[in-house]
Amino acid sequence: MKEISLNILDIAENSVKANAALTEIDITEDNERIILTITDNGNGMTEETLKTVTNPFYTTRTTRKVGMGLPLLKLEAEQTGGSLEISSKHISQFPDNHGTVVRATFYKNHIDCTPLGDVVASITTLIQGHPDRDFLFTHSFGEKTVSLDTRQLREVLEDVPLDSYEVIKWVGEYLKEQYTA
Amino acid sequence: MKSLAELQAIKEKMKDKVVLREGSNEIRVVVGMATCGIAAGARPVLNAFVEGVNNNGLSEKVSVSQTGCIGICQYEPIVEIFEAGKEKVTYVKVDAEKADRIVKEHLKGGKVVAEYTLASVNA
Repeated sequence: MKEISLNILDIAENSVKANAALTEIDITEDNERIILTITDNGNGMTEETLKTVTNPFYTTRTTRKVGMGLPLLKLEAEQTGGSLEISSKHISQFPDNHGTVVRATFYKNHIDCTPLGDVVASITTLIQGHPDRDFLFTHSFGEKTVSLDTRQLREVLEDVPLDSYEVIKWVGEYLKEQYTA
Repeated sequence: MKSLAELQAIKEKMKDKVVLREGSNEIRVVVGMATCGIAAGARPVLNAFVEGVNNNGLSEKVSVSQTGCIGICQYEPIVEIFEAGKEKVTYVKVDAEKADRIVKEHLKGGKVVAEYTLASVNA
Protein backbone atom coordinates (compact mmCIF):
# COMPACT_ATOMS: atom_id res chain seq x y z
CA MET A 1 0.00 0.00 0.00
CA LYS A 2 1.21 3.49 -0.79
CA GLU A 3 -0.23 4.99 2.40
CA ILE A 4 -0.97 3.64 5.89
CA SER A 5 -4.39 5.27 5.50
CA LEU A 6 -5.15 2.74 2.74
CA ASN A 7 -4.31 -0.11 5.12
CA ILE A 8 -6.74 1.47 7.57
CA LEU A 9 -9.50 1.40 4.98
CA ASP A 10 -8.65 -2.19 4.09
CA ILE A 11 -8.42 -3.56 7.65
CA ALA A 12 -11.55 -1.73 8.81
CA GLU A 13 -13.39 -3.54 6.00
CA ASN A 14 -12.57 -6.81 7.80
CA SER A 15 -14.34 -5.46 10.88
CA VAL A 16 -17.39 -4.54 8.84
CA LYS A 17 -17.43 -7.99 7.25
CA ALA A 18 -17.19 -9.55 10.72
CA ASN A 19 -20.48 -7.80 11.49
CA ALA A 20 -19.05 -5.16 13.80
CA ALA A 21 -21.62 -2.56 14.81
CA LEU A 22 -18.79 -0.33 16.03
CA THR A 23 -15.24 -0.10 14.71
CA GLU A 24 -12.78 2.10 16.56
CA ILE A 25 -9.81 3.43 14.63
CA ASP A 26 -7.13 5.03 16.72
CA ILE A 27 -3.86 6.51 15.53
CA THR A 28 -1.46 7.59 18.24
CA GLU A 29 1.78 9.24 17.24
CA ASP A 30 4.80 10.15 19.30
CA ASN A 31 8.21 11.32 18.13
CA GLU A 32 9.21 7.83 17.08
CA ARG A 33 6.16 5.78 16.36
CA ILE A 34 2.80 5.63 14.67
CA ILE A 35 0.61 3.19 16.54
CA LEU A 36 -2.52 2.15 14.67
CA THR A 37 -5.18 0.31 16.64
CA ILE A 38 -8.38 -0.99 15.09
CA THR A 39 -10.81 -2.39 17.65
CA ASP A 40 -14.16 -3.87 16.69
CA ASN A 41 -17.08 -5.63 18.33
CA GLY A 42 -17.57 -8.01 15.43
CA ASN A 43 -17.77 -11.80 15.49
CA GLY A 44 -14.09 -12.22 16.32
CA MET A 45 -11.92 -15.16 15.33
CA THR A 46 -11.26 -18.55 16.83
CA GLU A 47 -7.72 -19.31 18.01
CA GLU A 48 -7.23 -21.47 14.96
CA THR A 49 -8.20 -18.70 12.55
CA LEU A 50 -6.07 -16.23 14.46
CA LYS A 51 -2.99 -18.40 13.90
CA THR A 52 -3.40 -18.38 10.13
CA VAL A 53 -4.65 -14.87 9.57
CA THR A 54 -1.33 -13.26 8.63
CA ASN A 55 -0.65 -16.05 6.19
CA PRO A 56 -1.41 -14.77 2.68
CA PHE A 57 -2.96 -18.10 1.80
CA TYR A 58 -5.72 -17.59 4.34
CA THR A 59 -8.67 -15.49 3.25
CA THR A 60 -12.39 -15.13 3.82
CA ARG A 61 -13.03 -14.09 0.28
CA THR A 62 -14.60 -16.54 -2.09
CA THR A 63 -13.45 -15.07 -5.38
CA ARG A 64 -9.74 -15.81 -4.87
CA LYS A 65 -7.58 -18.00 -2.69
CA VAL A 66 -5.25 -15.37 -1.25
CA GLY A 67 -5.84 -12.59 1.27
CA MET A 68 -3.21 -9.90 1.45
CA GLY A 69 -4.73 -7.37 3.86
CA LEU A 70 -3.18 -8.38 7.19
CA PRO A 71 0.02 -9.86 5.67
CA LEU A 72 0.64 -6.51 3.94
CA LEU A 73 0.07 -4.53 7.12
CA LYS A 74 2.41 -6.89 9.01
CA LEU A 75 5.12 -6.53 6.38
CA GLU A 76 4.80 -2.74 6.28
CA ALA A 77 5.03 -2.47 10.07
CA GLU A 78 7.91 -4.94 10.40
CA GLN A 79 9.98 -3.32 7.68
CA THR A 80 10.20 -0.23 9.92
CA GLY A 81 11.31 -2.31 12.92
CA GLY A 82 7.75 -2.33 14.24
CA SER A 83 5.24 -5.10 14.71
CA LEU A 84 1.69 -6.33 14.24
CA GLU A 85 -0.34 -7.79 17.08
CA ILE A 86 -3.79 -9.27 16.78
CA SER A 87 -6.03 -10.49 19.54
CA SER A 88 -9.55 -11.73 19.15
CA LYS A 89 -12.49 -13.20 21.01
CA HIS A 90 -14.82 -15.34 18.95
CA ILE A 91 -18.53 -15.00 19.41
CA SER A 92 -18.90 -18.75 20.11
CA GLN A 93 -16.79 -18.48 23.25
CA PHE A 94 -17.48 -14.88 24.21
CA PRO A 95 -21.12 -14.21 23.38
CA ASP A 96 -21.13 -10.91 25.30
CA ASN A 97 -17.75 -9.33 24.60
CA HIS A 98 -16.49 -10.61 21.27
CA GLY A 99 -14.42 -8.72 18.77
CA THR A 100 -10.95 -8.18 17.39
CA VAL A 101 -8.08 -5.80 18.11
CA VAL A 102 -5.42 -5.21 15.45
CA ARG A 103 -2.45 -3.10 16.46
CA ALA A 104 0.34 -2.10 14.11
CA THR A 105 3.38 -0.18 15.29
CA PHE A 106 5.46 1.73 12.73
CA TYR A 107 8.76 3.47 13.42
CA LYS A 108 8.22 6.62 11.45
CA ASN A 109 11.85 7.70 11.15
CA HIS A 110 12.76 4.45 9.44
CA ILE A 111 13.44 4.97 5.75
CA ASP A 112 10.98 2.21 4.83
CA CYS A 113 8.08 3.72 6.76
CA THR A 114 5.03 4.22 4.54
CA PRO A 115 3.55 7.72 4.90
CA LEU A 116 0.29 7.99 6.82
CA GLY A 117 -1.39 9.62 3.81
CA ASP A 118 -4.93 10.88 3.47
CA VAL A 119 -6.62 9.52 6.58
CA VAL A 120 -9.63 11.79 6.11
CA ALA A 121 -10.37 10.24 2.70
CA SER A 122 -10.27 6.78 4.24
CA ILE A 123 -12.70 7.71 7.01
CA THR A 124 -15.18 9.35 4.62
CA THR A 125 -14.88 6.35 2.29
CA LEU A 126 -15.65 3.95 5.16
CA ILE A 127 -18.72 5.93 6.17
CA GLN A 128 -19.89 6.25 2.55
CA GLY A 129 -19.63 2.49 2.09
CA HIS A 130 -21.18 1.50 5.41
CA PRO A 131 -23.69 4.13 6.51
CA ASP A 132 -25.41 1.63 8.81
CA ARG A 133 -22.28 0.95 10.89
CA ASP A 134 -20.61 3.10 13.51
CA PHE A 135 -17.02 4.30 13.47
CA LEU A 136 -15.09 6.06 16.19
CA PHE A 137 -11.99 7.72 14.85
CA THR A 138 -9.27 9.35 16.96
CA HIS A 139 -5.87 10.61 15.87
CA SER A 140 -3.53 11.97 18.55
CA PHE A 141 -0.24 13.69 17.79
CA GLY A 142 1.67 16.26 19.81
CA GLU A 143 -0.90 18.08 21.90
CA LYS A 144 -3.67 17.53 19.41
CA THR A 145 -6.48 15.00 19.06
CA VAL A 146 -8.68 14.86 15.98
CA SER A 147 -11.84 12.83 16.44
CA LEU A 148 -15.14 11.77 14.93
CA ASP A 149 -17.90 9.56 16.30
CA THR A 150 -20.63 8.54 13.85
CA ARG A 151 -22.94 7.74 16.78
CA GLN A 152 -23.00 11.45 17.57
CA LEU A 153 -23.75 12.30 13.94
CA ARG A 154 -26.53 9.73 13.83
CA GLU A 155 -28.16 11.31 16.87
CA VAL A 156 -28.31 14.64 15.07
CA LEU A 157 -29.22 13.26 11.65
CA GLU A 158 -31.97 10.83 12.77
CA ASP A 159 -33.43 9.43 9.50
CA VAL A 160 -31.02 11.15 7.15
CA PRO A 161 -28.54 8.50 5.98
CA LEU A 162 -24.86 9.00 6.73
CA ASP A 163 -23.94 8.34 3.11
CA SER A 164 -25.86 11.38 1.87
CA TYR A 165 -23.51 13.50 -0.21
CA GLU A 166 -23.94 16.55 2.04
CA VAL A 167 -23.14 14.53 5.15
CA ILE A 168 -20.02 12.88 3.69
CA LYS A 169 -18.83 16.27 2.50
CA TRP A 170 -19.44 17.74 5.96
CA VAL A 171 -17.52 14.90 7.63
CA GLY A 172 -14.52 15.49 5.36
CA GLU A 173 -14.48 19.21 6.05
CA TYR A 174 -15.10 18.71 9.77
CA LEU A 175 -12.04 16.45 10.04
CA LYS A 176 -9.85 18.65 7.83
CA GLU A 177 -10.67 21.66 9.97
CA GLN A 178 -9.63 19.79 13.08
CA TYR A 179 -6.26 19.03 11.49
CA THR A 180 -5.60 22.61 10.44
CA ALA A 181 -7.09 24.35 13.50
CA MET B 1 -15.48 26.08 12.21
CA LYS B 2 -17.75 23.13 11.39
CA SER B 3 -20.12 22.23 14.17
CA LEU B 4 -22.87 19.73 14.92
CA ALA B 5 -25.30 22.64 14.59
CA GLU B 6 -24.35 22.86 10.95
CA LEU B 7 -25.09 19.15 10.61
CA GLN B 8 -28.51 19.86 12.11
CA ALA B 9 -29.11 22.34 9.28
CA ILE B 10 -28.12 19.70 6.72
CA LYS B 11 -30.62 17.35 8.32
CA GLU B 12 -33.44 19.88 8.08
CA LYS B 13 -32.63 20.44 4.43
CA MET B 14 -32.40 16.72 3.62
CA LYS B 15 -35.39 15.49 5.59
CA ASP B 16 -37.89 15.86 2.76
CA LYS B 17 -35.53 14.52 0.13
CA VAL B 18 -34.95 11.19 1.87
CA VAL B 19 -38.37 9.74 1.16
CA LEU B 20 -38.11 10.82 -2.43
CA ARG B 21 -34.73 9.21 -2.94
CA GLU B 22 -35.55 5.78 -1.64
CA GLY B 23 -35.96 3.26 -4.42
CA SER B 24 -35.60 5.80 -7.19
CA ASN B 25 -32.03 4.88 -8.17
CA GLU B 26 -32.14 3.50 -11.67
CA ILE B 27 -28.40 3.08 -12.08
CA ARG B 28 -26.03 1.45 -9.60
CA VAL B 29 -22.32 2.20 -9.72
CA VAL B 30 -20.30 -0.37 -7.77
CA VAL B 31 -16.59 0.13 -7.02
CA GLY B 32 -14.39 -2.83 -5.99
CA MET B 33 -12.89 -1.94 -2.61
CA ALA B 34 -11.14 -5.10 -1.43
CA THR B 35 -7.38 -5.11 -0.72
CA CYS B 36 -6.64 -5.43 -4.45
CA GLY B 37 -8.87 -2.52 -5.40
CA ILE B 38 -7.66 -0.24 -2.61
CA ALA B 39 -4.00 -0.95 -3.41
CA ALA B 40 -4.61 -0.22 -7.10
CA GLY B 41 -6.21 3.17 -6.37
CA ALA B 42 -9.94 2.59 -5.83
CA ARG B 43 -10.32 5.23 -3.10
CA PRO B 44 -9.91 8.29 -5.39
CA VAL B 45 -12.05 6.53 -8.03
CA LEU B 46 -14.90 6.07 -5.58
CA ASN B 47 -14.53 9.68 -4.52
CA ALA B 48 -14.62 10.86 -8.14
CA PHE B 49 -17.91 8.99 -8.71
CA VAL B 50 -19.45 10.35 -5.50
CA GLU B 51 -18.45 13.92 -6.47
CA GLY B 52 -19.30 13.49 -10.16
CA VAL B 53 -22.77 12.06 -9.54
CA ASN B 54 -23.57 14.94 -7.21
CA ASN B 55 -22.02 17.69 -9.33
CA ASN B 56 -23.85 16.55 -12.44
CA GLY B 57 -27.19 16.45 -10.62
CA LEU B 58 -27.52 12.69 -10.93
CA SER B 59 -28.10 11.80 -7.25
CA GLU B 60 -31.76 10.99 -7.82
CA LYS B 61 -30.93 8.56 -10.57
CA VAL B 62 -27.56 7.04 -9.64
CA SER B 63 -26.32 5.35 -6.47
CA VAL B 64 -22.63 4.74 -5.74
CA SER B 65 -21.66 1.79 -3.56
CA GLN B 66 -18.68 -0.36 -2.64
CA THR B 67 -18.10 -4.07 -2.95
CA GLY B 68 -15.40 -6.64 -2.22
CA CYS B 69 -13.10 -8.44 -4.61
CA ILE B 70 -14.61 -8.98 -8.04
CA GLY B 71 -12.07 -11.72 -8.88
CA ILE B 72 -9.96 -10.13 -11.62
CA CYS B 73 -7.53 -8.22 -9.41
CA GLN B 74 -5.09 -7.48 -12.24
CA TYR B 75 -7.70 -5.14 -13.74
CA GLU B 76 -8.35 -3.11 -10.56
CA PRO B 77 -9.63 -0.50 -9.95
CA ILE B 78 -12.81 -2.04 -11.35
CA VAL B 79 -16.17 -0.31 -11.58
CA GLU B 80 -19.37 -2.12 -12.50
CA ILE B 81 -22.45 -0.31 -13.72
CA PHE B 82 -25.85 -1.93 -13.35
CA GLU B 83 -28.90 -0.54 -15.06
CA ALA B 84 -32.31 -2.19 -15.15
CA GLY B 85 -32.98 -3.85 -18.49
CA LYS B 86 -29.40 -3.44 -19.70
CA GLU B 87 -26.34 -5.63 -19.61
CA LYS B 88 -23.81 -4.94 -16.84
CA VAL B 89 -20.87 -2.77 -17.95
CA THR B 90 -17.47 -3.48 -16.38
CA TYR B 91 -14.88 -0.72 -16.50
CA VAL B 92 -11.28 -1.69 -15.71
CA LYS B 93 -8.10 0.09 -14.59
CA VAL B 94 -10.19 3.13 -13.78
CA ASP B 95 -8.65 6.30 -12.37
CA ALA B 96 -10.24 9.58 -11.27
CA GLU B 97 -10.02 11.09 -14.77
CA LYS B 98 -11.63 8.09 -16.43
CA ALA B 99 -14.29 8.18 -13.71
CA ASP B 100 -15.13 11.77 -14.67
CA ARG B 101 -15.57 10.76 -18.29
CA ILE B 102 -17.71 7.75 -17.35
CA VAL B 103 -19.96 10.02 -15.26
CA LYS B 104 -20.41 12.53 -18.08
CA GLU B 105 -20.68 10.18 -21.06
CA HIS B 106 -22.24 7.06 -19.58
CA LEU B 107 -24.21 8.02 -16.48
CA LYS B 108 -25.33 11.39 -17.81
CA GLY B 109 -25.18 10.86 -21.56
CA GLY B 110 -26.22 7.21 -21.70
CA LYS B 111 -23.31 6.18 -23.90
CA VAL B 112 -20.87 3.49 -22.71
CA VAL B 113 -17.19 4.56 -22.82
CA ALA B 114 -16.20 1.46 -24.78
CA GLU B 115 -12.44 1.95 -24.62
CA TYR B 116 -12.39 1.63 -20.81
CA THR B 117 -14.42 -1.57 -20.63
CA LEU B 118 -13.20 -5.06 -19.84
CA ALA B 119 -14.53 -6.15 -23.23
CA SER B 120 -12.15 -3.77 -25.02
CA VAL B 121 -9.14 -4.94 -22.97
CA ASN B 122 -9.87 -8.56 -23.83
CA ALA B 123 -10.55 -7.85 -27.47
